[in-house]
Amino acid sequence: MSDSQYVTPTKITRGLGASKTGTSHHIRQRVSALALLVLVPWFLFSVMKAALGGYADALAWVSAPLNATLLILTAGAACYHMRLGMQAVIEDYIGKPATRAALLILNTFFTAGIFAAVMMSVLSIWTGR
Amino acid sequence: MSGSPKADSRPLSPHLQVWRFHATMLASITHRFTGMGLYGGTLLIAIWLVALAGGPEMYALVESIAFSIPGQILLFLWAFAVLFHFANGIRHLIWDGPGLGFSPKVASQVSIFNYAFALVGAIALMAAAILS
Repeated sequence: MSDSQYVTPTKITRGLGASKTGTSHHIRQRVSALALLVLVPWFLFSVMKAALGGYADALAWVSAPLNATLLILTAGAACYHMRLGMQAVIEDYIGKPATRAALLILNTFFTAGIFAAVMMSVLSIWTGR
Repeated sequence: MSGSPKADSRPLSPHLQVWRFHATMLASITHRFTGMGLYGGTLLIAIWLVALAGGPEMYALVESIAFSIPGQILLFLWAFAVLFHFANGIRHLIWDGPGLGFSPKVASQVSIFNYAFALVGAIALMAAAILS
């Protein structure tokens, strides 16, 4: 790499263009937003009643099959939307390649972990185990 | 790798300080900040559900933290963030889909509406929770 006389102009420009994946990122962000457009209002009104009634009410709320299903869908859409959004933030502000790559990987693991935790909690409550 | 990764001299977008302050700009920044805040908020909701699955003692601990004064402040901020991001997100979808609301006047008005919606909505939700 130090012998720049052997590096062709093509080699210098390679990797500096668009990543060619921006459109799919944009569409995924919007499609998950459309899902949340329905799921978030349901969650807001529904969770308030459940959380204010104490342990028994909250447990009964999650145990209802429709609520359990909608909770898992909400967590899925939210975690996916969050992952895409935080990815854009990391790519915008973190310039150092190693830090950027580490944070992007951490972002994926973190959001996947939250989704798994929500799903396991909902399923264990729903099955009563 | 083509030399130093920092040697990229492509044109950059105008920096923050060249923009005149306006509502749409603030709404854009707030959208990003509330989005980042909700990232953490989802973690707290997940903790609430894990505690619910964990049993009455674990749930009582999380409940006592959530309903404490700092917890209530956090819940209010979460409600504001989720309502603002929701309203402003709808505006983004309308921008991208039908392509409406781009004129500076409408964009500013919608920005101010989104702040009002989030603030009034968050106060209403907290009031409903406290009074119930």
